[in-house]
Amino acid sequence: MQNAPEKRLHKLLHSRSFWVCALLLLPFATDALLGHGWVRILDFAMLYIMLALGLNIVIGYAGLLDLGYIAFFAVGAYCYALTGSPHLATAFPLSIEGGVHWPFWVVLPFAALLAGGFGILLGAPTLRLRGDYLAIVTLGFGEIIRIFLNNLNAPVNLTNGPQGISRIDPVSIANLHLNVTQPLFGMEIPSVHLYFYLFLSFTWLVILASKRLEKSRIGRAWMAIREDEIAAAAMGINTRNLKLLAFAMGAAFGGASGALFAGFQGFVSPESFSLMESIMILCMVVLGGMGNIAGVILGGVLLAILPEMLRHSVIPLQQGLFGKIIVDPESLRMLLFGGALIVMMLYRPAGLLPSRVRRRELGSDEMAEKP
Amino acid sequence: METFLQQLINGLVQGSVYALVALGYTMVYGILGLINFAHGEVVMIGAMLAISSLNVLLGNGVSPLLALPLCAVIAMLGCMALGYGIERIAYRPLRHAPRLAPLITAIGVSIVLQNLAMMIWGRDYLPFPKFFSNNPHSFGGVIISDIQLLIFVLALTLMGLLLLLVQRTRLGRAMRAVAENQQAALLMGVDINRVISLTFMLGSALAALAGIMVSANYGLAHYYMGFLLGLKAFTAAVLGGIGNLKGAMLGGLVLGLIESLGAGYIGDLSGGFFGSNYQDVFAFFILIAVLVFRPSGLLGERIAERA
Amino acid sequence: MPRYYLLLLIAALLTGCGKPAQNPNNELTVRIGASAPLTGPQAHIGKDNESGTRMAIDDANTRGIVIGGRKIHFELISEDDQADPKTATIVAQKLVDSKVSGVIGHLNSGTTIPASRIYNDNGIVQISPSATAVAYTTQGFKTAFRVMANDAQQGLVLGQYATKNLGAAKIAVIDDQTGYGQGLADQFIKSAQANGATIVAHEYTNDKAYDFTAVLTKVKSKQPDLLFYAGMDPQAGPMAKQLKSLALNLKFLMGDGGYTPQFIKLAGDAAEGSYASLPGVPLAKMPGGSEFEKRFVAKYQPIQLYAPYCYDAVNVLIAAMQKADSVEPAKYLPALAAISYDGVTANIKFDAKGDLQGGAITLYQVKNGKWQALETLGTAGH
Repeated sequence: MQNAPEKRLHKLLHSRSFWVCALLLLPFATDALLGHGWVRILDFAMLYIMLALGLNIVIGYAGLLDLGYIAFFAVGAYCYALTGSPHLATAFPLSIEGGVHWPFWVVLPFAALLAGGFGILLGAPTLRLRGDYLAIVTLGFGEIIRIFLNNLNAPVNLTNGPQGISRIDPVSIANLHLNVTQPLFGMEIPSVHLYFYLFLSFTWLVILASKRLEKSRIGRAWMAIREDEIAAAAMGINTRNLKLLAFAMGAAFGGASGALFAGFQGFVSPESFSLMESIMILCMVVLGGMGNIAGVILGGVLLAILPEMLRHSVIPLQQGLFGKIIVDPESLRMLLFGGALIVMMLYRPAGLLPSRVRRRELGSDEMAEKP
Repeated sequence: METFLQQLINGLVQGSVYALVALGYTMVYGILGLINFAHGEVVMIGAMLAISSLNVLLGNGVSPLLALPLCAVIAMLGCMALGYGIERIAYRPLRHAPRLAPLITAIGVSIVLQNLAMMIWGRDYLPFPKFFSNNPHSFGGVIISDIQLLIFVLALTLMGLLLLLVQRTRLGRAMRAVAENQQAALLMGVDINRVISLTFMLGSALAALAGIMVSANYGLAHYYMGFLLGLKAFTAAVLGGIGNLKGAMLGGLVLGLIESLGAGYIGDLSGGFFGSNYQDVFAFFILIAVLVFRPSGLLGERIAERA
Repeated sequence: MPRYYLLLLIAALLTGCGKPAQNPNNELTVRIGASAPLTGPQAHIGKDNESGTRMAIDDANTRGIVIGGRKIHFELISEDDQADPKTATIVAQKLVDSKVSGVIGHLNSGTTIPASRIYNDNGIVQISPSATAVAYTTQGFKTAFRVMANDAQQGLVLGQYATKNLGAAKIAVIDDQTGYGQGLADQFIKSAQANGATIVAHEYTNDKAYDFTAVLTKVKSKQPDLLFYAGMDPQAGPMAKQLKSLALNLKFLMGDGGYTPQFIKLAGDAAEGSYASLPGVPLAKMPGGSEFEKRFVAKYQPIQLYAPYCYDAVNVLIAAMQKADSVEPAKYLPALAAISYDGVTANIKFDAKGDLQGGAITLYQVKNGKWQALETLGTAGH
């Protein structure tokens, strides 16, 4: 039996207005307690949540293991970087002086579309492949994109190669420049807070879209494909088109968050899009619970903040205990990632917050025979 | 012409290493239908173990001629134990789970092994103790060193022995039976778990030898060296027809040749647009192309099930 | 409801991570930020940077510096950027939060450039001890400086050295496709061509490779007199070895990435005769240089690479503060831009962009298993 205060807490935690207020106040609270640096970490956490939710469509809903997902993030980021920096103008003397500088509302859908196109490009030849082959091929695809970004500085200088593209415009909406402190409603709102609100609203949109998709005809078809592709096809589901759609949707979300990343960071280079990043996003989805939005968000928050927490706890802890640093936090983080993947699959394959359907089908009571 | 022959030699040496590693992938795949993503890391651990034990042995005045086989035995035993452990911990409990589950644990194992190796052996490149006189033999301008000859001959011998084992021995017959149909093999009295464990150990022992060859040839070892090597060896296995031992050998040699000839000539052929900067892309392109157009690979007899 | 407790736990951990920043001294505390990878694959170079910075700050505190009539106590705020561009911007934000007067960092160009935007937006002076990408100082940021020759300057000198001093007419280039390698290789090629050499091959590898036989065989077929490798020692070492085993008889030249003891260790006897460059004048030849090295080694460990540059970067920052008699970045920035300071690596003067002016570059060669200084060249034309 619950007592009264606990009940009230329960009610509070389930009210939408509480969460809206909490999230709106979060950057200010974080800033007051920990400083701007941590707000920036929250900004990145939001980006990772968007990426994880995008990958969740591909893995969680449609059951296609994509190990090269960061490539779509890269496509979006370079899309924003090329249109929002003077790089193209200096590389190609014919284009407009100083770069094209499209407005944010034009670049963002363009980046999402382009990334979605790449998703189809990857999806089309690999449609017939089974799960584990597909994983390796997507891994290869991710690496191919990175290697091309790294090399397309010759013979024509499209991406500026490993040097990366700098001087990218910050995000500006109407005449609101997000890279400087803005006076709004009588308050000074720092740049990192503005980006937080921007990313938060996009995350909200992605969540909304994911929820709608999950319950829709398309979402149910994806899950049918995930469970049994042959049965799904027999039910009249066009598996080819739906799988392509899953790739394209997931990629488009990745591309949009890539564009946001480029505007936020002001600099992109191929090193930000390594295989390890793809695996980290996969970790977020697996850890939280494939197919479950709340789980994926939890996974994203945990893994985006974990490295920072480790950095601030592991070093002092070890110095206190042993007087020197034995395990550096970076390797500890990777060990935890790797260990988490193994342990989760062995003991809690449906994730920390499993979706109901997924729990049933991945549970230990299920006796799937070897395909 | 000299250059062309030299590139052939480069490719064959590199390819024979790919082939040895590819055997490990293909054996496990043939029996379990599982991509052992962590196999490349076993190669790396083998190299690391060999270097460590060599340094200890040579430091204690063991003669180099004795130290080399000894370190190979140590590395093989270590890797066999590792291979057994990986299968036992990460794959066996998931044998009946959905396909994605063991693949995700395999990625986890790979990350864990890499970072453990980094913590044990450090982040720097470890030099392989100087052993072989780096004496190049020149045949009409084409150069091949002692160690390269040794790698090539040893790799071919090992592959031959493995084929004999699979086709002529009791264990080999059991392996083929399990690959064909696990349930039926079980009914025929084959201890499936034992056969699978032995397969993993056999693949790991070959991986250890491949690791020693790589680090002796290039004079170094590094915690990251197994990952890309593993991916390329997997590509070789797919190219040859996964599940097929001869295919893995052929695929390894072909991939090695494609890489060295590609790096050597594609720049001139494509008018400078592609060059050796795309060397690592070749393997991935081949992987995708084979899977899309000829999923059974060069020598694959049976059609890979891919539903 | 276990998930609420999880949220509470996260919140609790978050709050536990803040650190108090109090100092009870009555003297004025001035904070200097430093950032380099202190964990990860480049940790050894990053720690070396941190030690160089720390030593300069300790020295300044012992000297007892008075600015604006108040005794100054310098405090080092060192942050780990993990050589990752994203982390670098977080770290930069944290340093800005801590109200540092200036920042010494970062180590890599890939982290220095994204962080420089944050320092610039907040008007904080940044001096990189080791970033060499030309793009760092061409962004138009008044706050960005470096005490290391950039790729253009180093490539220029290396190109001249290869053609004039080593007499190479046919040159092959291999770069490792990193920001550093590609930038240096491009500038080297420009300079070598301007000095009349022909580039017979430009090949590539990457920063994780160890097999170079295919590209070296191709290089061999073009019969160059000299091979220039733009990359770091883990590749340069085995490359030197494979050069020897493929019987390529040519001169092997590298940038500062090859000037390490690790190169000699990995290449074995194949290292003998290889050349490498390092910006600055050999410590032994600079006033105070040997003394710095002795003290540094006694206090920390042998110098890895850039510690002397960090030491200089802090000192030049403090010298500018003294000259302007202010610790406010806005006030001492003009003094820093106009400074001429004798450091342990070189005489430090900045040009209009914030690059090192006319910095010297020294060439070294492996002789009897050790790096020996050959000669020091100026970066004329800058």
